[in-house]
Amino acid sequence: MTLHIEQAGPLVSLQDAGRPGGLGSGLSRGGAADRHGYLDACALAGAPFGAAAIEMAGFGGRFRFTDRCRFALAGARMRATLDGAPLLWNASHWAEPGAVLSIGGAEDGVYGYLLPGHGVDADLELGGRGYHRIAGLGRALAAGDRLAIFPAADTAPVFLPDQSPATGPLRVMPGPQTELFDETTRARFEATPFTRSTRANRQGVRLDQTGAAFASGGQLSRVSDFIAEGDIQMTGDGTPYVLLADCQTMGGYPRIGTVIPADVPRLAQALPGDEIRFAFLSVEEAEALWQPDEAYLRAAAARCKPRLRDPREIDDLLSYELIGKPLDD
Amino acid sequence: MSNVELLPLGPDGVLVRFADALSDPANRAALAFRAHIDAAEISGVVETATSLTSVFVRFRPDTTRRAVLEEALRGLLEGRDWAHAALPDGRKRWHIPAFFEGAAAPDLDAVAAQIGCDPDAAIVELCATPVRVLALGFAPGQPYLGFLPAAWNIPRRTEVTPEVPRGAVVVAVRQVIPFANPAPTGWWQIGQTAFRCYDPTAEPALPLRAGDEVQFQEVTATEWTRLQAAKRGGAEAEVLP
Repeated sequence: MTLHIEQAGPLVSLQDAGRPGGLGSGLSRGGAADRHGYLDACALAGAPFGAAAIEMAGFGGRFRFTDRCRFALAGARMRATLDGAPLLWNASHWAEPGAVLSIGGAEDGVYGYLLPGHGVDADLELGGRGYHRIAGLGRALAAGDRLAIFPAADTAPVFLPDQSPATGPLRVMPGPQTELFDETTRARFEATPFTRSTRANRQGVRLDQTGAAFASGGQLSRVSDFIAEGDIQMTGDGTPYVLLADCQTMGGYPRIGTVIPADVPRLAQALPGDEIRFAFLSVEEAEALWQPDEAYLRAAAARCKPRLRDPREIDDLLSYELIGKPLDD
Repeated sequence: MSNVELLPLGPDGVLVRFADALSDPANRAALAFRAHIDAAEISGVVETATSLTSVFVRFRPDTTRRAVLEEALRGLLEGRDWAHAALPDGRKRWHIPAFFEGAAAPDLDAVAAQIGCDPDAAIVELCATPVRVLALGFAPGQPYLGFLPAAWNIPRRTEVTPEVPRGAVVVAVRQVIPFANPAPTGWWQIGQTAFRCYDPTAEPALPLRAGDEVQFQEVTATEWTRLQAAKRGGAEAEVLP
């Protein structure tokens, strides 16, 4: 079973749950930039944790199925059609042999996920299949690629009902260098409305603001040490830069705190110009909010509903008699 | 080393920091303490790693709690002078051939001038100095090796070199690095090796571990050509006693 890539946006790549455990070897975990969106795709596909999905940043592409294949769409909503018929996002679907799936621009975020079958059957490299550019692992996908697919069980398509989007500030826990920033600076950090910059990639997201720089004490004298996904670095000019999945393992810029894993997907999916605010919580609160990926996946799978009756996908909705008319009207 | 700090790094991580500045004792402490944690097999710990001066401990908050883990780590820290602890067992010494002439060594003359010797003497000194893998970082398996003699405490370049090739041997601040991949750098390139920090065709694919020793060996132009196709670029390792 093969998926042919007939056309691909510039930032399309295989991504999975990443390569955990490599910190001491200089390898950050990597994996899907929006871990929740990726796990939603796994749940919709009925695929195991760690299945390789196609991550599409900003724009998708055109894909042709050689065989009958179930596939899932999740993450940032993108305009999608199968042989010209519009498709529901956050849902799974069946493609017939020769069917062409077209995925356009992202509408409400950055990273969309296409998970064909039970995942792409690519060679494992250091325990993962994902493209990790700065680590030199894998590569971007491009037109002409032919991907082998693990077949999915023959089950009915499902969808994930919309949840009310999370709002409010991104939650930040203290890190090893939070104390380098004095109380006034930390308070100003929490009070400042930041803007998601146009400068962002899988390594991190830069944030803009109009006030004074966020300076720390002893900015240049510290030895490089471990950094983590979600860390908020203050770069040389005091501009915040939040690290994402493909960050380095060590860095020397002072970090004011760490966005908790539950909120990193919101940052990854923020669009240029979106307002970003932060609020500190305690280490204990952050620990209590920690959730293993497997638990998120189980919960997402439990929220999936059969798709057949979803009215949003019925093209000629108006021709249905939705409410019985009284005969004696 | 009384100022060891236990700090949070993410909801599932504890950083055991031995010092804010790089020093040989702080790095030895990190290497020795990580081995001690691994041997203790603490419940809920899923990953340990060393940076230049710290040990990172990742745990499963659904298996253990931070407070419990920190208490266990404090218990392990007690009663030993970690700055003078022996380095962990099972370390290897790697002999890594490298070529230090011509296009492989564009900055050698500038480095020698800063050290205050001639280029040949600089390479003799480099190859006579066993250096330790202080930490792996920047790219998978890429070592920060130290420490070179005090005269090698030269600053980074003021301008970044847009790209040095894979295997470039670069120096600065008493350290030397064989680059894992082509990359920009502010360090000085004085040689090149065919050794790969990450080699998917070899087992293990990431050959170096923090704490291992490395000694460079100067090779001739003829050997350098031959080593391009050699297993591990001609590098060999022995387990240190």
